[in-house]
Amino acid sequence: MTAPRPILRMSGIGKEFPGVKALDGVDFRLLPGEVHALMGENGAGKSTLIKVLTGVHGVDAGEIELDGRPVAFSGPLAAQQAGISTVYQEVNLCPNLSVAENVFIGREPRRLGRIRWKEVRRRAAELLAGLDLDIDVTLPLSSYSLAVQQMVAIARAVAVEARVLILDEPTSSLDTGEVAQLFRVMRRLKEQGIAILFVSHFLDQIYEISDRMTILRNGRLVGEYPTAELSQVELVAKMIGRELADLEELEGRPPARGGEPLVEARELGRAGAIEPFTLTIREGEVVGLAGLLGSGRTELARLLFGADHAGTGSVAVAGRPAGLRTPRAAMGHGIAFCSENRRAEGLVPDLTVRENLILALQAARGWTRPLSRRKQDELVARYVSALNIRPADPEQLVKNLSGGNQQKVLLARWLILEPRLLILDEPTRGIDVGAKAEIQRLVAELSDGGMAVLYISAELEEVLRLSHKVGVLRDRRLVAELENDSGLTTEVLMETIASGARS
Amino acid sequence: MSAALLAGRRRLARTIPRKYVPVLVTAGLFAAMFVAGGVRYRGFADGQVVLNVFVDNAFLLVVAVGMTFVILTGGIDLSVGSVVALSTMISATLLTGHGWPAPAVIALVLAVGAALGLAMGAIIHYFEIQPFIVTLAGMFLARGLCYTIGTESISITDPAFTALAQTKIRLGGGLWISPSVVVALVVVAVAAYVLHYTRLGRDVYAVGGSEQSALLMGLPVARTKIAVYTVSGFCSALGGVLLSFYMLSGYGLHAVGMELDAIAAVVIGGTLLTGGSGYLLGTVLGVLVLGLIQTIISFEGTLSSWWTKIFIGLLLFAFILLQRLIGARRR
Repeated sequence: MTAPRPILRMSGIGKEFPGVKALDGVDFRLLPGEVHALMGENGAGKSTLIKVLTGVHGVDAGEIELDGRPVAFSGPLAAQQAGISTVYQEVNLCPNLSVAENVFIGREPRRLGRIRWKEVRRRAAELLAGLDLDIDVTLPLSSYSLAVQQMVAIARAVAVEARVLILDEPTSSLDTGEVAQLFRVMRRLKEQGIAILFVSHFLDQIYEISDRMTILRNGRLVGEYPTAELSQVELVAKMIGRELADLEELEGRPPARGGEPLVEARELGRAGAIEPFTLTIREGEVVGLAGLLGSGRTELARLLFGADHAGTGSVAVAGRPAGLRTPRAAMGHGIAFCSENRRAEGLVPDLTVRENLILALQAARGWTRPLSRRKQDELVARYVSALNIRPADPEQLVKNLSGGNQQKVLLARWLILEPRLLILDEPTRGIDVGAKAEIQRLVAELSDGGMAVLYISAELEEVLRLSHKVGVLRDRRLVAELENDSGLTTEVLMETIASGARS
Repeated sequence: MSAALLAGRRRLARTIPRKYVPVLVTAGLFAAMFVAGGVRYRGFADGQVVLNVFVDNAFLLVVAVGMTFVILTGGIDLSVGSVVALSTMISATLLTGHGWPAPAVIALVLAVGAALGLAMGAIIHYFEIQPFIVTLAGMFLARGLCYTIGTESISITDPAFTALAQTKIRLGGGLWISPSVVVALVVVAVAAYVLHYTRLGRDVYAVGGSEQSALLMGLPVARTKIAVYTVSGFCSALGGVLLSFYMLSGYGLHAVGMELDAIAAVVIGGTLLTGGSGYLLGTVLGVLVLGLIQTIISFEGTLSSWWTKIFIGLLLFAFILLQRLIGARRR
């Protein structure tokens, strides 16, 4: 088989940030009409490679060739004009503008400088229809779901004569049906000869859609492989640079717990957010919450943490009634909440890892009782190694860390407080297999140590693997509470989510 | 009954897109004030009363148009009042003291205003400094420059300026407007066209919606942000020229606090201070509401003019709360 000439070739790419070598001698090539997966753990350099390619960052070493000609883009706009369009994990569109406008802004059809709105709307509707999306293009983007917004972003990306389409974790907030729709679109674009660079942490998705893959580890190239010739186990081993054995450890089910009830919610509810529910969380117990996006998982957690006011019902902590009116009150009862929105809520990017870790503990102690530097270093060293935060340099600025490592820092900050109940909302979303296993193992260890954990995740396997008990949510209602016994499988869970009751 | 009311509201919400609600509320407020005034005061329900609001506030309208551009991007421009004062001062001293011809003076003043705006916009964008601070500095700078020209009020006797000040454009039926009103309405029309039918205008909305996204979508964010402050500077200078027509004098204490009136008008007109949402028509209505409050208070006769401020304050509270409610429901 003669390989077609690559549309894009990057060779010997190097990029250094203050104190971090993000990329070192990385080669990468993309063929027309293929879906190419870029694989690697968090911090392996995937995002940096994409940013270097699209001109967000300059390169320190190496060169980029597009269609045989050397290029260096001054920014995303220049890259886009050359035919390289990017769709990011967070939808980077303007929610206040209409769908049609989001597709065409910056290159609206005009006559004498006047935007031809009819033309804009007609062509946007056409383009979206081509992606099997039949929506009113005059409504503001904010009136549609995240999945639709993602499709609009892709429509925008291909509306220009795109030759290379970069999809940076487009599926991380989509449900199964939406992912299938996205893949249909990707296959159609592939047939048109567009080269697609695809980044995702879901291995099944990679194997479903990609033709070839390039694996990075710690900013270096591991290799380039046809997807069909590399098994999932081999892939993971190459990504994390060690064998899978230590990931399999957790396969068994956690033993049942008979601890004292720690948090008891009775008929707790909030109009418009979640119907009244009753839930008991025991000491040392991991309670999983399963349900679709928007089924009320986060809302339930926020009520327990006092982030929203409950409309009805009551909460008792350790047998005594507790008014969890504010997060501060909840923290006083030993409840910690690690939110799913880690970038917006929590970390201070311009402080170091150490300072971020100490922040909550210091706040809880009060500013009049400062922690000694020695004590700080001791604590930080312990958690940096326990959670395997990389780079293991406590004085590194948090903004220089990759997403997965930032997540670990946030988690460590709450763990330092030694809470009695830890609420984790999607702690492993957008995180690679290695870090995921580390976080799962940590949760298991914490619960062995007597900490109660409320674990929210969209991945049913993960919920099943960790939880002693699973609460199933559907349409903002806690529909079932299932003991994690041998009869509980992902199929049963899915059926419960779908039908609203265990059959 | 409340259920019926709710259903009615839902029906209404279906037929009127939510984005128009703030503008419609302002329009309704204006109409209600006018009707209330007409019922209460003799001689109030007269077309000329509305036209006088335009005549007395033409300069504010022009300044508020510039402010609308800035606020739509999520910024703020505190320098406008001072730039207005500086413009009257430059006009007066060049016309009266140096005998420059009126067209040359106007051209220079507009250039100075635009240049000031351009400089502030460039500082805001390239040094990533809060617009609040940069334009606050611009406000002190422009106000201070007024006093380097002169500390006293300088009257304008230039024939072209006095002619423009005294001309009445008759509309028939005893109604009239001043040339300044025509200028202001042309500015509004041009600005509305720019905002809705040109790339610059759409980029303004995009930057206000999400600057980060606009950047990643490849929009010229730098050019847009600098452009809005330039537009605002230009509008302030033009407002200053119109104020010179109105006052026939240049003075360093003209237009003290006008930046706040302009911001109030824009907010009452339904433009979100966070940017990305609002209409020029709303700004026009906002200026009219402010002007009508003054008119009503002057008709009332017994109330001190400070009541104007009290009403504007209350209105601002009400509108900010309204925006909050609309914004909250959107989420």
